[in-house]
Formats: sequence, C-alpha cells, structure tokens
Amino acid sequence: MMLLTTHGLTRRYSGLVAVDGVDLAIPEGGIHAVIGPNGAGKTTLFNLLTGIVPPTEGRIVFDGQEIATLPAHRRAALGIARTFQNIRLFSSMSVLENVLTGMHPRLSSNLLATVFRLPRFRAEERDAVASARAALEMVGLQALADSSADALSYGDQRRLEIARALVAAPRLLLLDEPAAGMNPAETAGLGDLIRRIAADGTTVLLVEHDMHFVMGLSETISVLNFGRLIFTGSPREVRSDPKVVEAYLGARLAAKLHAHAGTTDGQ
Amino acid sequence: MTIPGWLDDFLWTYQTLIHDLGINGLLALAMYVVLAVGQLSLGQAAFMGLGAYSGALLSMKLHWPFALVLPASCVAPVLFALAIGVPTLRLSGVYLAIATIGLGEVLRSVYINWDYVGGALGLNGIPERAETWMIFSLLGVALLALFLVGRSRFGRAMEAMREDATAAAAMGINVQRYHLMALVTSAILAGLAGSLGAHEADFISPGEYGFEPAVTILSFALLGGIGNPAAPVAGAWFLTLLPEMMRDLPEIRLALNGVIIVLAVLFLPRGLFGWRMKRRAA
Amino acid sequence: MLAQQMVNGVLLGATYALFALGFTLIFGVLRVINLTYGFYFSAGAFIALYLTRVLGLNIVLALPLGTIAAGLIAVLMDSLLLPRLRHRRTAELDSLMVTLGAVLALYSIMTAWLGPDIRRFPPGTISADAIEILGVRLTAAQGLILLASFVLVAALMALMKFTRLGLAIRALAEKPDAAGLMGINVPATSRIVSFLSGALAGAGGILIGLNFNAIQPYMGESMMLRGFVVIIVGGMGDSRGALVAGLALGIIEVLTAGYIDSGLKEAVAFAILVVVLWTRPQGLFGRAVGQRA
Repeated sequence: MMLLTTHGLTRRYSGLVAVDGVDLAIPEGGIHAVIGPNGAGKTTLFNLLTGIVPPTEGRIVFDGQEIATLPAHRRAALGIARTFQNIRLFSSMSVLENVLTGMHPRLSSNLLATVFRLPRFRAEERDAVASARAALEMVGLQALADSSADALSYGDQRRLEIARALVAAPRLLLLDEPAAGMNPAETAGLGDLIRRIAADGTTVLLVEHDMHFVMGLSETISVLNFGRLIFTGSPREVRSDPKVVEAYLGARLAAKLHAHAGTTDGQ
Repeated sequence: MTIPGWLDDFLWTYQTLIHDLGINGLLALAMYVVLAVGQLSLGQAAFMGLGAYSGALLSMKLHWPFALVLPASCVAPVLFALAIGVPTLRLSGVYLAIATIGLGEVLRSVYINWDYVGGALGLNGIPERAETWMIFSLLGVALLALFLVGRSRFGRAMEAMREDATAAAAMGINVQRYHLMALVTSAILAGLAGSLGAHEADFISPGEYGFEPAVTILSFALLGGIGNPAAPVAGAWFLTLLPEMMRDLPEIRLALNGVIIVLAVLFLPRGLFGWRMKRRAA
Repeated sequence: MLAQQMVNGVLLGATYALFALGFTLIFGVLRVINLTYGFYFSAGAFIALYLTRVLGLNIVLALPLGTIAAGLIAVLMDSLLLPRLRHRRTAELDSLMVTLGAVLALYSIMTAWLGPDIRRFPPGTISADAIEILGVRLTAAQGLILLASFVLVAALMALMKFTRLGLAIRALAEKPDAAGLMGINVPATSRIVSFLSGALAGAGGILIGLNFNAIQPYMGESMMLRGFVVIIVGGMGDSRGALVAGLALGIIEVLTAGYIDSGLKEAVAFAILVVVLWTRPQGLFGRAVGQRA
C-alpha cells in the first residue's frame, strides 16, 4: 500500500528545471530515503512534498488524496509532519512549549471553550501536555522540558524538532537532512531514534546527503540526479547501480571503477 | 452646588486624561492583536475614525440609542479591514502595512472634503453618551479575553507564527486565518474606541485619525512590548501620561514617539514591559 | 479643456514618476520600504527654498544643489537606521517601522523648527512666462519640470545600463547574497543607492514645490500615498512600472480634479490601489509577489 506517490512531479524556475517528472512511490511503514548529489533537486522535491512551493506540473497523492494544491498547514493536518534542514525552532519558547505547538492540528477547542475555560478545554490541555512529555521521552529530552529551546546543543535541538513533529502522531514523517552537522556519535543516536520511530508505526522519509547514514537505515532508496529520479531500490541495489555511481562520481571515474571491478574480484 | 473654579478646571482636565488612558489602552490592544500574529497594520487610527464618524452620524442624524450605535460603529471598520485584509493575505506583509497607512490618509482627505461630516471642522455636538466606566469595562474585558486566549493553543500558535511563519504552517497552523482574524479584531477594538471617544468628547475632527495618531499607536505597542496583552497598554499609559508633563510641546511629543519607535525597533525588540506569558507550568 | 488637462496631468505624472522611481529603487535594491523617503522630498524643497531666498541663487543652481543635498541627507539617515536591520529575519517589517518612526520624528522636528505655514519661492525664481503650443499653455515651471524629469530619468537609466556602478546595483538587487561574494562592495553600493534615491526625492520636492509654489514640512507625507499607489500599480522594485504608473496617476488625478471633484483625488488613487491588490497584486510589471506562509 503506497502512502505517498508523486506522478510526473515537476518544478520549473525560469530557465531551470529543478525537479523533472519525478514518480516517487513510498510504501506505508518503514524507513525510506531520497538521496542524490548536491544540486540534484532534493531540497526542491522536499519543498514540493511539504507544500512550501507549488508544482509546475504533476500530482502528489497522500493516502489516496490529491494534495498538490493544498497549502502546508493542510498537509500537516492530514498527517504529514516535517523537520527543517536548518533547524527552525521557536527560540523564545521552552522545550516543552515547542513540542506543544506541534499539537496544534490535534486540538480542537474553539475560542468559546478557551475563553470560558470549559472542561473540554482543560482536558485537552492536560492531554496535550501528556502527549508532549511522551514525545520528549521518545527522543530522550524529557529532562530538559523546561529549558529554553535555544539553550540546547545542536544535536538536542535536532531531537527537539523531531519531537515537535512527532507529537501530533503523523502518518508520515519527513526529515530534511537530519544528520547535517552531526558528529558520528550523534549520528548513530539519530539512527537509533529513527528506527524506534518507524517501529512505532510512523513511516519515515529522509532526504539526505550522507550516503553512509542512509545505507544502514533505509529499506528503499530513491536516487535523484539533475531533478530526475534515476533509480529506486534497496541499499544493495543502489550501491551497485552504474547510473547511481556515475551520478555521484562522474562518468570518467565511474568508468575507471567499472574497469577496476572487471580486472579484480569486484563487489 | 457650585464648585470652585480651580477644582472644576482640575476635574475637567483629569477627566480627559482618564478617558484618554482608557481609549489609548484599547487602541494599544488593537495594535497588539495584529503585532502578536506577526503582522504590521497601521490602520488602527483609520478604523478608529470610521467608528467615530459612523457612530457620531448614527447618533446625530438617525438618533439611534447608544446601545445600538456602539456595535453598529464596528461595521464600517470591519468592512474596510476586509477590503484591504483579504487581498493582502497571500502577499508579503509590506502590502498590508502600506495599504493601511494609505487608508488613514485617504479617509482623512475624504472627511476634510465632505460637508456632510463637517469637513475640516469636524462634527460638533455629538451626544455625550459614553461613560468612563464603559471604556474601562471594555478595556478590562478585552484584556481578560486576550490573556485567556493567549494561554492556550491559540496563544502558542500566535507566538509561533510571529517568530517563524513557515515553521508554524508546517505545524498545521493556518497562518492566514489568524492574520485575518487579528485584523478584524483590531478593527472592532479600534472602531469601538473611536465611537466611545466621539460620544465622550462631543466633538471630532479629521486630524485625529490620520498619520500621526497611527504612528503614535504603534509607539505604544513598541515601547510597551507585545509579550503579553498588558504590556502595550502599559506602554500606552506611559506615553499618555508623559505629555502631561510636557503639555505645551505637541511637536516634541510627536518627535519623541518617532524616536521611541526607532530606538525600540533597533535596540529593544521586547519593549519595556513585554515579558512573555508563561504558557505552561512545568 | 481636455488637451490642457492632459498636459497638466502628464507634468504632474512626471513628478510622481520621479518620486516613485527613487522609492522603488530603494525597495528593489535594498529590499527596504523606506518611509523616510517622503522627508527627503520635503527637505529638498526647503533646501532649494533656502538657497533661492537666503542665498539668492538662481533656480538653475538651486535645483541640482538641493537635489544633491537631499541625497546626502538620505545617505546619512539610511546609514543610521538600516544596516543593523539587514540580517534580521523580520527585516522588511522592522525597516518599515524604523523608517516610520524616524520620519515622524523628522517631520515633527522640521515643523517645530520651521513652522507649519506654507512657504513660497521668492518671486522671480522662475519666470511666469508661458508659451502656447497648439492651444495648450505650458509655463516655464512646467517646462523645467519636463526637462529636469527627463534628464534625471535618462541619467538614471544610463547609469544603470552602461556603467559598472549600475551593474553592481542591479546585481545587488537580483541576488543580494551573491553580490558580496562576487566582489561588490555592498555597503558602499547601498550608500550610493540611498544617495540616488534621496536625490530623486529631493528633486521631486523642488519640482513639485515649483509647480504649485507651495512648500511646507509635511508635503512629503501626502506624496507618500501617491508613492504607494505608483509602486504597487507599477510593480514593486520595477522602474518601468514606476514611470508608467506615475504618469498614469498624474493624468488620472488631474482629470478627476477637473471633471469630478478635486476633493476626491486621493480617494480615486486609493481605490485604484485596492483594485490592483484584489486583481493583480504584482502590478503592471512586477514579478510574482512574495508569499506569506
């Protein structure tokens, strides 16, 4: 069952095609990744999926629904959550308050209930705090709940962003280069966290530049180059596909590698 | 009973000051509501003028009871707010800002050139229906409501979109809807303030609702801060009381408001009193 | 008489276009809605007034000198107010507020110092002669406006198109982040843009002051409404738009005053603004407008 598919998804800027007829298919459950060299169009694809940028052509279908024309906040309400490459937390708020903001699509008390502090409002707020604490526990930040968000270390800020995205129990979690700027220890911890999230039932789609990180983590990997989807498959298949190798290393080097593999017992 | 002349004068002046504190408090809240969601609208003075003129005309020409006039004074401000607010929702915030500055100027020139509303001399003899308690109850209710709303998911959403609208949208927050609601609310508050002011002072003129008052209202909110609803009111009261100590220098007061805005934006982004509301006890 | 009205309208429109050109230049290049702009308009007029009245200079000298002076004042003010804001996330709105506060303070101080009364250029500043062409009357003042506007606009366009500086300015407008990396001295270029923009405002002030022979401190402020209308209708940051929309607005205003009611001039201008916001917010030539979330 495909959770997210795109059909001929294209984004053109005057004189440049950033994303070119991409047909993505992300099944429900598990961890999936989109990789590609710099300039391949990963960021634009991500922005198209999350509603930051409208497509020039093509469709996006999430859980059977056409979402290409929906604005970002509607997609969030449908169950698509995301993090940002350059971590966009609300720095004036505490850690807990940041996560609470993420609960917005799940809370439904209207203004009346809020102003008159009706029981429904109080119950919702209590549950919201409970869910927020649970999300913090999942990412291991429960002890820092009342710290100011901008006092956290980089790695912890990344985790906080993930907690904030998780708290509304999304169907699909989109992570934008989550390993960026992390040292090996933090990266390993991040990998564990992502596995736990997927084990819990959330589908995870990573856009990532770091090949190693992605290889050990994802079930399926889609490779982008010059805005086109050039390959989709398991990590092993991706590693040995000649088009992928060429995309990352360039044609000459790929040819050399190929020749080398031919003369020795290559993998 | 006849009271001595000096006391009479003193009370009369005192009365105006208290009335000004209330009205400016309401205007500061009208500015707060818009800044709190990360928008810049400078239409509060224009909305105030619309409320004042429409309320005054309803009282003077149609002789409506005040209980009806007051809510009806909000209609014109809200309509104009929608006329400007709706098309600029999907545009950058700069459009709303300059359209609202323009609105004030245009309305002022319309009032000046329209004899029905008294032209440049304004309207005289508006029945004095508004009492000080009305102004302050409205202010109190508005403050309370904004505090209660602020300590909820709405308040969190507002703070989020103020800081980073894109991230807020990714969290399912419909930023445009908040923007529009804030603008309409500010129109209502300012319209009510205008109508109450008109029915308290018995005389209104076009100059009260133009460029200078609009910028002064901004200075209330910037000086006080917008971390919590009481802050801009405190800013308003501070700036309303200040000129009492410098009564004879109106130009200097305006210049001071301008300088305050410059200093606040450059150096004091949180204003003097703008402490955040704690939204969630640990 | 229609032809006369049209001519008057074009002349008025030329000054509007000049005013809007400077305003849109600053927005296009520095991404700043600079509300102190109106002040430079008033300042230029007052400086020219001083030069003609007190120093007895000829208008032919006072015009360029006043223009340059206004430009210098603009550089000073902008350097004080704007650089600190450039890298803030809310830079657009913050610069709007800062310049708003500054302009209020500046107008107030100017009024306190010089008084709110309307001043006039000394008699004989510009000859009252007029010529008649095809039944249309053109005064010397109007002739000067036409000439000066033409020269200034042509000079600006030549600068932008044919000089290194112009290239730097255009680069800064297109890609502010990359421009610095390409070796363009961003702060210096920004200051030059401030100067050009302030100079255009100052020139506009002097010309309008001559046209109506009325100068008072807040004159820049009533121009701002026209400025807003022109840059939104023409497209924010677009020079052609400023020219076309400025001319059009001048004509529409004169026709409104002539055939409908002179008190409705501003209302008509604002109504046009609102209609454009509803129907074509990017204006005549603007690119697609910046999205809010």
